[in-house]
Amino acid sequence: MVGVSDFPFLSILTGAPLVGALVVAFLPRAKPELAKRVALIWSIAVAVLAAVMWVAYDAGGERFQFRESYTWIPAWDARFTFAVDGIALVMLLLIAVLVPLVILASWHDADSSKRSVPVYFALLLALESTMIGVFAAADVFLFYVFFEVMLVPMYFLIGSYGGQRRQYAAVKFFLYSLVGGLFMLAAVIGLWALGGKTFSWQELLSADFSTNTERWLFLGFFVAFAIKAPFFPFHTWLPDAGGAAPAGSAALLVGVLDKVGTFGILRYCLPLFPEASRWFAPYALAIALIGIIYAALLAVGQNDLKRLVSYTSIAHFGFIGIGIFAFTTQAGTGAVLYMVNHGLATGLLFLVVGMFVARRGSALVSDFGGAGKLVPLLAGVLFFAGLASLALPGTAPFVSEFLVLIGTFTVNKTVAVIATAGIILAAAYVLWMVQRTTQGTLNPALSTVDGMRRDMTIREKVVVAPLILLLLLLGFYPKPVTDVINPAVQATMQDVGKTDPAPAVQEASR
Amino acid sequence: MQDLQLPPIDYGAIAPMLILFGVACLGVFFEAVLPRAARRSTQLVVALLGLVAAFVVVVIQSDTRILTAGGAVAIDGPTLFLQGAIILLGLMALLLVGDRSLEQGGAFVAQAAITVGSDADRRQATRSQGATEIYPLAVFAIAGMMLFVAANDLLTMFVALEVFSLPLYLLCALARRRRLLSQEAALKYFLLGAYASAFFLFGVALVYGFAGGVQFGTIHDAVRESTQSTILLYGGIALIAIGLLFKAAAAPFHVWTPDVYQGAPTPITGLMAACTKVAAFGALLRVLYVAFDGAAWDYTPVLGAIAVLTMLVGAVLAVTQTDIKRLLAYSSIANAGYLLVGVLALSKEGLASTMFYLVAYGFTVIAAFAVVTLVRDADGEATHLSRWAGLGRRSPLFAGLFTFILLAFAGIPLTSGFIAKFAVFGAALDSGEAWLVIFGVITSMLLAFPYLRVVVMMWLSEPGESTPTVSIPGGLTAAALMIGVVATLVLGVAPAPLLDLTTNAAEFVR
Repeated sequence: MVGVSDFPFLSILTGAPLVGALVVAFLPRAKPELAKRVALIWSIAVAVLAAVMWVAYDAGGERFQFRESYTWIPAWDARFTFAVDGIALVMLLLIAVLVPLVILASWHDADSSKRSVPVYFALLLALESTMIGVFAAADVFLFYVFFEVMLVPMYFLIGSYGGQRRQYAAVKFFLYSLVGGLFMLAAVIGLWALGGKTFSWQELLSADFSTNTERWLFLGFFVAFAIKAPFFPFHTWLPDAGGAAPAGSAALLVGVLDKVGTFGILRYCLPLFPEASRWFAPYALAIALIGIIYAALLAVGQNDLKRLVSYTSIAHFGFIGIGIFAFTTQAGTGAVLYMVNHGLATGLLFLVVGMFVARRGSALVSDFGGAGKLVPLLAGVLFFAGLASLALPGTAPFVSEFLVLIGTFTVNKTVAVIATAGIILAAAYVLWMVQRTTQGTLNPALSTVDGMRRDMTIREKVVVAPLILLLLLLGFYPKPVTDVINPAVQATMQDVGKTDPAPAVQEASR
Repeated sequence: MQDLQLPPIDYGAIAPMLILFGVACLGVFFEAVLPRAARRSTQLVVALLGLVAAFVVVVIQSDTRILTAGGAVAIDGPTLFLQGAIILLGLMALLLVGDRSLEQGGAFVAQAAITVGSDADRRQATRSQGATEIYPLAVFAIAGMMLFVAANDLLTMFVALEVFSLPLYLLCALARRRRLLSQEAALKYFLLGAYASAFFLFGVALVYGFAGGVQFGTIHDAVRESTQSTILLYGGIALIAIGLLFKAAAAPFHVWTPDVYQGAPTPITGLMAACTKVAAFGALLRVLYVAFDGAAWDYTPVLGAIAVLTMLVGAVLAVTQTDIKRLLAYSSIANAGYLLVGVLALSKEGLASTMFYLVAYGFTVIAAFAVVTLVRDADGEATHLSRWAGLGRRSPLFAGLFTFILLAFAGIPLTSGFIAKFAVFGAALDSGEAWLVIFGVITSMLLAFPYLRVVVMMWLSEPGESTPTVSIPGGLTAAALMIGVVATLVLGVAPAPLLDLTTNAAEFVR
């Protein structure tokens, strides 16, 4: 019998948005509404398919499910191999949820630009296709292909449809990522040549390298992922890109695209190079810690809302980095959960900021002030998104941050304690930002702006509602997600060769 | 008197070359007897038919592995593969050469000797049909290149070198626009080319002194067994390599490249960038792999240093270019470096990957020059980069195609450029040449910048007053462009058939 798990979910999930992108790109330029609707419906269909896959996934089953494999380049043993573990699955879900919302939120983003509206939505769908591909690939070569190609649609989204300094930001984004990608290319070639001339992840898992080789290969992959994530000190492209990108694209950039970095570390660096991972772990923890504190301090000082949100993300990626390199199941699960929750929370924050910016025509904090009096509902959503972002108990990010911290505390108290300071700084930058934009006396200039007289439209409410709902739901009941993540993280930690410290229980005397 | 024994000749095996030399002679004959009005179409059709016929014979002969003509010519896997490549790429270049829709009379001037700007020159510009001798000249060059990659002794190789070089010197001087620049380029190319030929010939003499013969088999045996002074051998290798590396445009023998690429009529630049590169590297491969393989330990470090220098010079100087043809020239120099990396793998994989790279690069570079012929204003081609600003707005189709071509040059996945780079780097790393791969990756990062700058110019800048229009290509140019772009895409997405073909062909006969 052909079970539901034999259905080629992953190749369809990867291919469908690409087909949609081609369709949308060739829709007549004169009918932008048609292009928007087609793109929205298409992305919702993809989301439905992803939901079906979620249901069909067996959380307690094999590590990799929905495996598909097709011949591609036999000479190099590179194949179209797709398979997901729990970590990849939740990321696919996150993409599938975010993209329709982003499309809806970006409804009028491209109208004001002189460029083609259908192309904007086609680029969003093309980006979705490559993002799904990068998480679904189980072949190192295929992963690399998606990893690099992903840059192209994002480059044009920033460069063609972004705000001020978009050219500079787009080029900086592309060059940073490309440099990282080429480091990885060298490592991929090395992995292939020294690991038995295959790209199959499963087979490479058992490849043996000399200590030195393994460290160099690890470094090649890690630099690429650290730039992508981004970790301090490779982060300087993100505030520019996040600040210049249209709000919807920025939500995808920070919410999903950057997760490829942390996902790549979990999927490629740790299992393939376990010895090197353990050797480099203290350094990785150090740059993650610096990232938390440094980016939080910079966020406090930002006057540009989008750049501010970008800096908060860098701080959050520090937490994810700590969770990964603590090498405990708890911290690892927390890190993966953090990847999901951060996508939701920061995605929401970016979208809401985008709504403010669209009304005011400026992203500067100093151009707002007392906005809550004009648009109370929108200000309320900003406040909620901010609270979620600073990991208030009851919202989803709290769970993940807490897991990361206690998971780290069991093995490395110092790191956990320093990281906790980041929470305080998070409260500072979020609350201060909310206060300066929406609270206090009304900025007189603000009331003369027409846009600020309209509170949230129905479309905008539809955009934020699912995200708020998910953030609350996962804040109170994260079990469905952690159940899926946990086995995959455990398997990864086994690959690294680390076991959780045994709980310190005293033998009861009889 | 002793009877001269004529060596047996396998006419079937050398038929492709015979056909093309015959067609070229026929072209000269037509030039003498046909009325002016009928010449151009006859010449073009005969030349194209001759190339197609030669290609068919190459395909029929594809299993031949023999030495013929007294061991002067080797028809083996690499020969046939490279001959096929030269014919196909030559065919594309000839399509560009034959196009007259872009400019009245085509890109070539009938009488280059008439003083620029004189009355006679103006009369010529309005009336004359343009040169038709270019077709037999181009066919002579292509046939010479085919003999060059088949030559199995150093004297045949020298004759072939001259046969294909002399027509190219002439063709370079025949540009209709910017004629002085064109003639200067031709003179430069001729003088430096003559020096390079002299070096080559001197090298042949030294090697003859060492080995007592010029056939590659004899040299191979002598390298292993001869008791002659090795100074003769090393001097010979060095001088022969200088002659070949000059044609391949490797640093420090590259200085002619930017000037000649810029000055020559653009279709001829395409012919040189694609076909000359194939021929030069084909000959280099045969000389190093068949004749001097016994001395590999001695020449690898030197050629490795040349490869690194070539990559660096090409990449670094490409960054500063402001003219698209010069930019492509430096890019072609850098690519010569990548090709040398493949050559220096000195293995079957190295041979196969270098041949793949030659074909992949050839298709892409001719397509690139096809686009250059299209971007024009009243003074002919607008090659200054600043003039390309905003081209994406004026004609999205051609800007899109050119962007794809540039991404292929930059080695982004899903283009042939990526697969080709991967192949040569993989082969080199497999042979333990990790340092070459590292330099290759670093220069790829540098080289991405100039390509990206052009993309930014085209898409993200506003069109200015002086942005030229893109001419609608005639059928011939459009065909060449489409063949190049489609080949770049197909070789990037499904490279397996060509990779298999190169692997099967990758064995020299000695």
